[in-house]
Amino acid sequence: MSDTKLNKSIDNIDPSLFDFASYDDNMAEKTGYSNYSYWQSTFQVFLKNKVALALLILIIVLVSYTILQQYLPNQKSPTKIYNDVTTGIQIRNHAPSKEFWFGTNSIGQDLWARIWGGTRTSLQIGLLVGIWQAVIGITIGCIWGYVRALDGIITEIYNVLDNIPNTIVMVLLAYILRPSIVTLVIAMCFTNWLSMARFVRNQIIIIRDREYNLASRCLGTPARRIITKNLLPYLVSVIMLQLALAIPMAIGSEVFLTYIGLGLPLDTPSLGNLINEGRIIMMSPSLRYQLIFPAVVLSVITISFYVIGNTFADASDPRNHV
Amino acid sequence: MKQLLKYSLKRLGKSVITLFIVVSIVFLFMRLMPEEGYFGQGYEKLELVQREAILTNLGLNDPWYIQLEHFYKGLAKGDLGTSITYRPQVAVSEIISSKILYSLYFGLGALVISLIAGISSGILMARSKNKFWDKLGNGYIVFINAVPAAVYYLFVQLYATDIFNLPILFNKSDPLSFILPVLSMSLGPTAGYAMWMRRYMVDELNKDYIKLARAKGLSNKAIMKKHVLRNAFVPMAQYLPASILYTIVGSIYIESLYSIPGMGGLLVDTIQRQDNPVVQALVLIYASVGIIGLFLGDMLMAGFDPRINLEKQGGTR
Repeated sequence: MSDTKLNKSIDNIDPSLFDFASYDDNMAEKTGYSNYSYWQSTFQVFLKNKVALALLILIIVLVSYTILQQYLPNQKSPTKIYNDVTTGIQIRNHAPSKEFWFGTNSIGQDLWARIWGGTRTSLQIGLLVGIWQAVIGITIGCIWGYVRALDGIITEIYNVLDNIPNTIVMVLLAYILRPSIVTLVIAMCFTNWLSMARFVRNQIIIIRDREYNLASRCLGTPARRIITKNLLPYLVSVIMLQLALAIPMAIGSEVFLTYIGLGLPLDTPSLGNLINEGRIIMMSPSLRYQLIFPAVVLSVITISFYVIGNTFADASDPRNHV
Repeated sequence: MKQLLKYSLKRLGKSVITLFIVVSIVFLFMRLMPEEGYFGQGYEKLELVQREAILTNLGLNDPWYIQLEHFYKGLAKGDLGTSITYRPQVAVSEIISSKILYSLYFGLGALVISLIAGISSGILMARSKNKFWDKLGNGYIVFINAVPAAVYYLFVQLYATDIFNLPILFNKSDPLSFILPVLSMSLGPTAGYAMWMRRYMVDELNKDYIKLARAKGLSNKAIMKKHVLRNAFVPMAQYLPASILYTIVGSIYIESLYSIPGMGGLLVDTIQRQDNPVVQALVLIYASVGIIGLFLGDMLMAGFDPRINLEKQGGTR
């Protein structure tokens, strides 16, 4: 840089910048105090992601509509078979129209009503199974990871349960109880907490011997307090992620169970049932709407939960907070 | 080396106990099923005496511990028994060996494709982080992970057969009919490999020693090859043997959609038909495959990364 240029840039500096600042007690106080709140920052980071926010709004609207749909006027019943008024014949495979928004299925039931009824069922299952998975998985995972004396035994139980095919449990349960939402939930709960427990255990093993926990133990903190106060808060973000994935997973395994013939009876509409019905008739192009509509609704729901969960998990990691 | 052998033997011993418990529990579960199941359609036509005779003949009227004893005695001789209802009077080993190769070939084909596609797209995504390819790849990963496989498999079959004019069902003598099943089977694992490869590479690229390597003037290519890829591959190596072995389990969706006579639906099918010997044999095979796969994975991981010590009982307590 030439001298004249340097002089010019020095000349441009505002001389007031070199005045002495006055000392302010209050300002000094402020630097020592932070109004950081964990959950508030989490939400702030979450709201920054526009895609996730849009999907969150979408899912709120969808879920509320799913719940309210059955009470709205002019809605058809998901299980009623509609007959033609003049001929008395069932309105089978009626293409989407003003009367039947998503058409009718092969026995004349309204697909629109069935899809929302099915979403209701599937969300119920997903929610119940997800909550169970979280509670049992986290509890057992913490004990498994933290209490060394139990490690061998629980690992052995894990290996055994993990290797018993779920289908056997399902078939047995189907004999004992009538197939229903409750049966399905019980069967899915039987083994689904295993992966969660293993995941939490591995995480706990990684952090259980860090210095701050060692110090805590030396000070005589009981194990329960170490787990709830030292370990679990550290794992909030990873647990959130697993939880958010539990709902799409549960919906997916409901589809799978229906596929192998162990799902809900046909008079209880669910997304799994609807997709299975659609699969049977998918080879005739004019009837494909019966597969496409439920598949689109299901994909929108699972993708939204997945994205929201991932974003929320990222947001709940304090390292991503400003 | 001696230590490694001791470790392996100890682990093998534990696995045998696990296998024993799993198979016994499944054995007893199958005995809890109702007796009608053993007769299929013919149940109504048979007299009570005939039914009893059939059950006694199959050894199903013995107390459970005698049945269990028979089963393990046969197993010790390498005899898995004969099928009851699935294909009556046919040896279980024959049923399984006639199906296992289909699943193995399709599974291995899909595995190779997904490894190549997944790892290379993972690398591409990590190198163009937050740019177009990364976003596109993430969209794919989200879609595949969130939407149940049954749904996108159906749409692949529905539209890909139309667009590319490929056969809709599997045919042994027509190689064109292999394309869609293998491709659809590789969709899921591709997303998985890409996701993990990207994550490990991004983690690795942010580490201090990479910055040092760059500061001392190592070329980008050399950093990738010598440091990042090798370290990023270690965690993935753990799952590789298990995924290779698990190909014999087959895919229940793909095999039923394209009617491939593989292993996919066999377990579910035989459980529903209460074909005890086949179920027991399958559970034994699948459980051993899982246990061996995990063990080989640990070994491979330790081979890739000399810092990993399998015997260390970690921590300070």
